[in-house]
Amino acid sequence: MASTKMKIKKSKTGGYEVMVLAKHPMETGLRKDKKTGEKIPEHFIENMEFAVNGEVVAQANLGTGVSKNPLIGVGIPNAKSGDKVTVSWVDNKGESDSAEKAVK
Amino acid sequence: MKRRIFLKGSLAAGTIAVAASAGLLTPTRVLASAWPKAAFESETEAEALQAFFGTSDVEQSDQVSIKAPLQAENGAVVPIKVMTSLENVEGIAICAIKNPRPYTTSLRVSGGGGGLYSTRIKMGQTSPVNCYVKAGGKLYMASQEIKVTVGGCGG
Repeated sequence: MASTKMKIKKSKTGGYEVMVLAKHPMETGLRKDKKTGEKIPEHFIENMEFAVNGEVVAQANLGTGVSKNPLIGVGIPNAKSGDKVTVSWVDNKGESDSAEKAVK
Repeated sequence: MKRRIFLKGSLAAGTIAVAASAGLLTPTRVLASAWPKAAFESETEAEALQAFFGTSDVEQSDQVSIKAPLQAENGAVVPIKVMTSLENVEGIAICAIKNPRPYTTSLRVSGGGGGLYSTRIKMGQTSPVNCYVKAGGKLYMASQEIKVTVGGCGG
């Protein structure tokens, strides 16, 4: 069910920029199911880690305030061509997914 | 409540174990941090900053720039991009002040990370969005007002 897409592009400020699109409902816990009137429980990505060649360079903390199917961009100024970028996320229900791509 | 925390903890540990056994996680330096629960649950910005950065002394800086729409038609998806030219960036946080929980998202940066963070957030109503950057032990900020036509919290 989970799918995570990653794109690496050259950043204007130098280095590279990783864009990650994770498919996730990001429920706030405030929305109600229209049919049953019951609250939909919280379900959101908590942590997303970015690693270059196995070394973690950044960790994004997301919450319920982040839009559905979050698109996250992070700069990796020191990355070189051929470096392997890995991104992995975990949500509040323990579900996780990851994606991997090499810098062009 | 304690039981919940325990269950959550064991769940998280479980997924890490699974990932490790699948060879996804290499035993390298991992950021020693869990999800900053206290910051996300704060109802005021100062509390959240204290919880996440350990300080709430902020300085306005023009080295922090925000790229965001002046007017967002749909509050459920508001793209925000924070850029900074500061050196030694340690963390970036985004707060939509008038949201029920202002602290929206943050990024922790360790060696080799950069001063760029972009995301899409939900906004309940027209509000200034404050972006914080911690660099070299100090906290800097920039702010932009975003008009929201249709709120995107709850529904």
